[in-house]
Amino acid sequence: MQVSRRGFFKVCAAGMSGSSLVAMGFAPTAALAEVRTFKLARTTETRNTCPYCSVGCGIIMYSLGDGAKNVHASIMHIEGDPDHPVNRGTLCPKGAGLLDFVHSKNRLKHPEVREPGSKEWKRITWDEAFTRIARLMKEDRDANFVAQNADGVTVNRWLTTGFLAASASSNESGYITHKVVRSLGMLAFDNQARV
Amino acid sequence: MTNHWSDIKNADVILIMGGNAAEAHPCGFKWVTEAKAKNKARLVVVDPRFTRSAALADLYAPIRTGTDIAFLGGLINYLIAGGKVHMDYIKSYTDMSFLVKDEYAFKDGFFSGYDAEKRRYDKSGWEYQLGEDGYVKTDPTLQDPRCVWNLMKAHYSRYTPEMVEKICGTPKEKFLQVAEMLASTHTPDRVMTILYALGWTQHSTGSQIIRTAAMVQLLLGNIGRAGGGVNALRGHSNIQGLTDLGLLSNLLPGYMTLPGEKETDYEQYIARRAPKPMRPGQLSYWQNYGKFHVSLMKSWFGGAATKENNWAFDYLPKLDKTYDVLQVFELMHQGKMNGYVAQGFNPLNSFPNKAKVGAALSKLKFLVIIDPLATETSEFWQNYGEFNDVDPAGIQTAVFRLPSTCFAEEDGSIVNSGRWLQWHWKGAEPPGEAKSDPEIMAGLFLRLRDMYRKDGGAFPDPILNLTWPYRVPHEPMPDELAKEYNGKALADQLDAKDPTKVVKKAGELLDGFAQLKDDGSTACGCWIFSGAWTEKGNMMARRDNADPYQNGQTLGWAFAWPANRRILYNRASADPAGKPWDAKRKQVWWDAGQGRWAGSDVPDYKADSAPEDGMGPFIMNPEGVARFFARGMMNEGPFPEHYEPFETPIGVNPMHPENAGATSNPAARVFKGDMEAFGKASEFPYAATTYRLTEHFHYWTKHVESNAIIQPEQFVEIGEALAAEKGIKAGDRVKVSSNRGYIKAVAVVTKRIQPLTVNGKTVHHVGIPLHWGFKGVAKNGFITNTLTPFVGDGNTQTPEFKSFLVNVEKA
Repeated sequence: MQVSRRGFFKVCAAGMSGSSLVAMGFAPTAALAEVRTFKLARTTETRNTCPYCSVGCGIIMYSLGDGAKNVHASIMHIEGDPDHPVNRGTLCPKGAGLLDFVHSKNRLKHPEVREPGSKEWKRITWDEAFTRIARLMKEDRDANFVAQNADGVTVNRWLTTGFLAASASSNESGYITHKVVRSLGMLAFDNQARV
Repeated sequence: MTNHWSDIKNADVILIMGGNAAEAHPCGFKWVTEAKAKNKARLVVVDPRFTRSAALADLYAPIRTGTDIAFLGGLINYLIAGGKVHMDYIKSYTDMSFLVKDEYAFKDGFFSGYDAEKRRYDKSGWEYQLGEDGYVKTDPTLQDPRCVWNLMKAHYSRYTPEMVEKICGTPKEKFLQVAEMLASTHTPDRVMTILYALGWTQHSTGSQIIRTAAMVQLLLGNIGRAGGGVNALRGHSNIQGLTDLGLLSNLLPGYMTLPGEKETDYEQYIARRAPKPMRPGQLSYWQNYGKFHVSLMKSWFGGAATKENNWAFDYLPKLDKTYDVLQVFELMHQGKMNGYVAQGFNPLNSFPNKAKVGAALSKLKFLVIIDPLATETSEFWQNYGEFNDVDPAGIQTAVFRLPSTCFAEEDGSIVNSGRWLQWHWKGAEPPGEAKSDPEIMAGLFLRLRDMYRKDGGAFPDPILNLTWPYRVPHEPMPDELAKEYNGKALADQLDAKDPTKVVKKAGELLDGFAQLKDDGSTACGCWIFSGAWTEKGNMMARRDNADPYQNGQTLGWAFAWPANRRILYNRASADPAGKPWDAKRKQVWWDAGQGRWAGSDVPDYKADSAPEDGMGPFIMNPEGVARFFARGMMNEGPFPEHYEPFETPIGVNPMHPENAGATSNPAARVFKGDMEAFGKASEFPYAATTYRLTEHFHYWTKHVESNAIIQPEQFVEIGEALAAEKGIKAGDRVKVSSNRGYIKAVAVVTKRIQPLTVNGKTVHHVGIPLHWGFKGVAKNGFITNTLTPFVGDGNTQTPEFKSFLVNVEKA
């Protein structure tokens, strides 16, 4: 019986011990690093896609935590997905460092504001952030919305506020961003494709 | 990409030009090495630097930055003059026999219709001759001097190998070796792929460079073929998807376009985008534009979009011009903008002329940053010494910084360069209070909607009527949004052939865009993504990597737009009779028994159109065939012409030394003040080009510890000859300046950059990696775009980051 490294791992994870498998004669063809196997055996595997370049390499994220409500999952290892038809398990120096992106100390954690002329950030609540920004947008839109151009043609556009959309956010984020932005009549709208 | 990553393995020749896949797309480049190992493929690299892609090439040719049209134009001339074209392919599948109007002309670097004052062409003369039947006139004998073939031949006859050497600095023998290797793929049994990236787009002539490449591939019969195509290696992981979804100032989802203020008549708006066939028997698939558009408006505005109000046509803003980012930052710089939102984007680092961008941001009333990381843009107001020397007290912009999730903390799909929509799953909670982008958009929108509902305001109708059917209104979920862009039936859909049968019940998800209607009975947020999430489930999450034909098409893996098709224009992989050009590369073929097209890929064609019907393979074009002659679709002219970068090290266009107006792109837009900020070779003698390192990704990975460790500090790369001339040793600190500012960095002196002889003059290149800034865990550095010029491509307005002038001195 041929048991691949991954197949062997799955069998182990399902509850049988490695030694009993070996005892039954089902030794995997490649040698296993036992310590690594046991470490990953306690993790949850999640399929994802590398967020950097457009090759779209498949990755597997390993997180601690069993999905229970009172447990916060934490990703502790990321590697290439060997089943992926493009990268076939490989990652480049960027993708190989993804774990440090997820846990970068420069990740933002709370809404903040820097007031005009100030030298520092001030932490605010989401509600305050949303309400203040929405009010600023509405004030500007109401004051500068162009319903008709100089020739009296209906143009319904808002030019004094702009929006720069992302380049690595999901299609679902992009779709709803476009939907909201156009409903406001905004034209100063672009994404990274232009640069 | 017309093709996709794994398909590269099917190539016989691979040209990498305007890109460096080995370093910028390493896991995709694997398929180049696969083609070399398994298919005896030859790799050709043309680049100013001897990159790591070049290190694995069978043939490397140096080229001066910004002269790719001259090189590729020289190739066109070589192929035509030497008869190295796939004649059966181009006769049937291109416009070579079409006749062009007599008004069209080209003289002294200008095409007909130029207005020097406006820097713009009247393009009405750049059209085909029409016959009395309304169709384009053709001359299949190719004798008529006005046929596209003869005009093209004459245009490129000027691009001799000697001229290529004079402009590009590529030694003539090297150029001829490259030309010979590429030309070997003009036979039906050999195919070449072209891989390019920002090295082609980031020029004032970028779009025309890519068009020239497409012309080369058409001449060789390599479009629509496995192992062929013109393949853009996109930069970011979902820049393809966000472009497909139309997040650009002039677009709507699925490459539909916003109306201009001169086309406020709805019928006219649709008619202009749904062209009738220009030749008999052609499909002209954009004739379905109305179905895609009405379904979009139903998706966005639901019951408020009715036939009576032209499907809420007034809700769409009307353009007076394109508001690309250069235009927007120009307006901001003039003080004409008040607010700006940057979602996952770092414009202070990413846009040209950092001093201008910083000054523009300082004039805003409010700036909103939505990002997982602390970007430079979010702190443009903070003093970081020499890296960002500003006075916070003088900057009156309120800045909000909202933390967002990253890839690992959300479900969703992104589109790779090969147009595959791949679903991913959440593996952990985000840090702190970070929220997903849809949640943040909902938070802002719902508050705005409440304010308009309560207090009224300017034209509230589209805001109040925007559909918002999400289970939890403040947290739209990815599955709901994916189903919305896939589309659904709003009323029972009956079978066209048997109206007693219901194909789709009201509320059911659609199978694909062929089911869309323009009567308001279907909704679809992005027609080209239709089929991604159907009643059968999430097609983007499919994980069957079986490859039964061994050609890398893996139709069961994820979902490729359109219609799960892996190679665009694949009808052209078969001859006019429907038989594959090459039996080894069977993609699609006519199955006479079934009366249908069959294949190892989803045919890009009308499934039941028999070969004898004579429908062309380029079904999106009203001509039915591919265009060598771009008609009025490009701003600089129907045939690409070489123009110098706006900052040229030789100060003259060797093609048109007598016409100073044709030195650089005559149709590129240049704002007042920016022209004056261009540098001259007398002060800034070296040709600079920005580039990326394999260890870093743009401005993100300087926040990533492992990447900061392996590539910690900013440097610039200069050749040994220039270093010797300037007395610079490897490891010295140098100051690199342009007419817009300076950066200081460590000098890396290499053999990878050699001086070139151009127009009788020695030109040195300076290579400038762009990954540094004043935020991150790597050593702080200067923003590279301090140096770059504020001018874009004549069509897309993509900035000219790849060709500008600098001086280098010891710091």
